Amino acid sequence: MSDGLPEGVERRPYDGRERLATNGEPVYGEPTDSDGWRAWDAGRSKLGAMLELEMDTGLDGGETVLYLGAASGTTVSHVADFAGPTYAVEFAPRPVRDLVGVAEDRDNLFPLLKDARDPSSYAHVVEADVDCLVMDVATRGQATVAIRNKQFLADDGRLLMAVKARSEDVTAEPDDVFDDVVSDLESEYEILETARLDRFHADHLGIVARPK
Amino acid sequence: MTDAWFAGVDPDDPAAGATGVREGHADAPADWPAEAVQGGFAADESEYYERLREATIEATRDEVAEREGADDVQLTHAVRAMDDAERTANELAERVVEWAGTLYEDVPRGLDGVRDIADRDPTTPAEERVVSYATRAVDLLDERDELRTFIEERAPSAAPNLAEMAGPVLAARLISLAGGLDKLAKAPSGTVQVLGAEDALFAHLSGRASSPKHGVIFTHEYVNGTRPEDRGSAARAFAGKLSIAARIDHYSGDYRPEVHAELTDRIETIRARAEEGDE
Repeated sequence: MSDGLPEGVERRPYDGRERLATNGEPVYGEPTDSDGWRAWDAGRSKLGAMLELEMDTGLDGGETVLYLGAASGTTVSHVADFAGPTYAVEFAPRPVRDLVGVAEDRDNLFPLLKDARDPSSYAHVVEADVDCLVMDVATRGQATVAIRNKQFLADDGRLLMAVKARSEDVTAEPDDVFDDVVSDLESEYEILETARLDRFHADHLGIVARPK
Repeated sequence: MTDAWFAGVDPDDPAAGATGVREGHADAPADWPAEAVQGGFAADESEYYERLREATIEATRDEVAEREGADDVQLTHAVRAMDDAERTANELAERVVEWAGTLYEDVPRGLDGVRDIADRDPTTPAEERVVSYATRAVDLLDERDELRTFIEERAPSAAPNLAEMAGPVLAARLISLAGGLDKLAKAPSGTVQVLGAEDALFAHLSGRASSPKHGVIFTHEYVNGTRPEDRGSAARAFAGKLSIAARIDHYSGDYRPEVHAELTDRIETIRARAEEGDE
């Protein structure tokens, strides 16, 4: 599509302002319209911010997705609205309680209480050759997590990653942290595009990459 | 033989599927939907995804309930058991060394002595008893180490911020002393500061002593590694952040690196006083 948005994601007016939206059951009190579309708040979603900034995510809609760092399911609920089978991995029990609620309203969302740093704990559930690996994990070693999870990604699949500078090192300059993460990733991934998400998320870098 | 979550699972038994999701693992992913259809677990892909959805939701819901409900209880028991094991092992060790000293020469003192005795081959009935007794003490020490490992594994998921800030064992002690993570989260930070110093606190309250500056948090390097005249400040700052960490863990469960950085800064500032040379 010319606007770079996948099928199933549209810009629609809410209160006179064009916003990203997907069609599905509301999850977090977001505005909805009468056709069942609900606004996707880029300020609460790094992937939303990446789409809003027109990064070339390679998403067309209908993909099989592995989402790491699903938290309470805010973003992954939108992903499940436009994607195909969507595996949502999150480590902390408290947010997963909400994530399960989000999954109950959807046919294609599979919640998993697992640790993204340990892929063998979910490789018996998540299928091989997913089209898209979304990563939003607030842990140290974000590049390592991406590399360990490369095994799930199809050869022509995409890694969509939001790096949080403060998770790596709260005292370092974000730019230095991003350089380190990108250079670590380059051992296993070809970086296609990077963009600062600061308009929506302070000290975050969006990365689009594909496996080498 | 496959590692798939549905291996050996009856398609009409959702509970078995959930167990497969929770307890299984695999070295690498595979085309599970195709395997499931081939193996007859599902008639087609869409039926597979339906069964997968049912199994993941059930597995995850159960595990969340278990982890949320019971983790702090498990930690409380584990840390108390670890202390019991250590105290009892020391008591047995004293007897072993004492007794072994009458039968053998050159018995090392303390817990080393116990391990040494336990490894010997007894030649008389008395030696047999003392070596056997030493073996019990060594088993108890091993159990203490296992309990510590269990706490180190469990605390970071039960209370990620508290475990990062205090270390897993001190985190478990604080939870145990407060009577649960929820109670710790609801306690004022002044209480957290003196948890474990109840005797001193009551002495103070009945007018017999000055107020304690710290309880069990003294075991942390932030407190015991700060010079005595600044320890009260360090303990107060540390307890304040521990309190916040416990609240984040109880109410949200997210890991928040900012809180940890703030504490590191604060402790550095307090310690800088010593370098500035003020009294």
